[in-house]
Amino acid sequence: MTSVVVTEGLTKRYGRRPALADCTLDIPAGHVVGLVGPNGAGKSTLLQLICGLLRPSAGRLSVLGGEPASGSARLGFVAQDTPVYSGLSVEEHLRFGAHLNPSWDDQLAHERVDRLGLDPKQKAGKLSGGQRAQLALTVAIAKRPDLLLLDEPVAALDPLARREFLQGLMEYVAESGTSVVMSSHLVADLERVCDYLIVLVRSRVRVAGEVEELLATHHRLTGPRIDPEALGPGRAVVHARHTDVQSTLVVRSSAPIEDPAFSVDGIDLEDLVLAYMSEAAESGRDRVLEKQR
Amino acid sequence: MIEFHLDARSGVAPYMQLIQQVRHAMRLGLLKEGDKLPTVKDVVASVAINPNTVLKAYRELEYEGLVQPRPGLGTFVTRTLGDEADLAAHEPLRRDLEGWLAKARDAGLDDESIEALFVNTFRHFSAERAGRRG
Repeated sequence: MTSVVVTEGLTKRYGRRPALADCTLDIPAGHVVGLVGPNGAGKSTLLQLICGLLRPSAGRLSVLGGEPASGSARLGFVAQDTPVYSGLSVEEHLRFGAHLNPSWDDQLAHERVDRLGLDPKQKAGKLSGGQRAQLALTVAIAKRPDLLLLDEPVAALDPLARREFLQGLMEYVAESGTSVVMSSHLVADLERVCDYLIVLVRSRVRVAGEVEELLATHHRLTGPRIDPEALGPGRAVVHARHTDVQSTLVVRSSAPIEDPAFSVDGIDLEDLVLAYMSEAAESGRDRVLEKQR
Repeated sequence: MIEFHLDARSGVAPYMQLIQQVRHAMRLGLLKEGDKLPTVKDVVASVAINPNTVLKAYRELEYEGLVQPRPGLGTFVTRTLGDEADLAAHEPLRRDLEGWLAKARDAGLDDESIEALFVNTFRHFSAERAGRRG
């Protein structure tokens, strides 16, 4: 299978502060990729690098087999906060899209607007948040892009609008097979729609892979207190919590863990993401403590 | 035609939930031989899940011999589960189980203990069976 995005040591700095550091990824085509992480982790920076709005400070990046190009017809991008022109009507958005994009699918655009019940004469500024998001998505997918990038598309929407947005997006993916990369911090949504996950924390990629494989290789171990080092080779401790008598570990291991001392459970995507996030938070805290000493 | 739903907090993988819902509908007679399953596009448009999840569930059902895809037409149920004889066996078994539950209550077991005892025994029983077969 081909890759839609390949990066190697990709880095973006604003002044001296790295927004994205040493990011190496290989995102296969035909997936809905969830890009997850706390605010300020570098999600938007990565998306803007991919769609050519930002230039890397260091490292390599290939998008759809070539240099990223801003405004490429093969890329659909919906930036944060559902970018529509509030002074333009729904119909004007579609005409604008048709004018700018040689690959524009006018039938698809109008069918979607019909089905969503949007009034073509309505000014975008008068639409609800959910309708604005749907209009922005319509404009992006009517380009018939090979890669669709969505930056926090549902963050500001109420639960119903969020569900409707994801329904429309999945329907489009089912009929077109378009690759999608979407950032979000709503893991419950990502768990439904994504089959590939990238966890970004503090400007670094913590883990990336197919959701099914990630779930199969991460385990929660509960048992008597243990030094994580003593777990043996091939088992990486992602996150550990200890009381005076008990240890709870999240462990990555491709081989099944059969240790009679522990009760071994599966883990859901939300707990997996949280384990990687809190690992980063704790090691960050440790560093701060060391400095103070 | 049936409609799927997803329980995000059940801990059961989404594709497995779809499989269970098809089997369940077949056992209840809501899906019979020749009935059509919703298309992948219809499922994702109503449940908002990844299309690959639906494809995986349908492939698994096909592997189990319960459904068959017909190119260009859709996926169709090829068997009827839970026939009359099966359903007829349910009633006496249910009565036995109710008798057992009454005994467990009399012995002072609470709901959680009863459930744990049943699940444990069932697991051992299934494991032994599987062992004997293998």
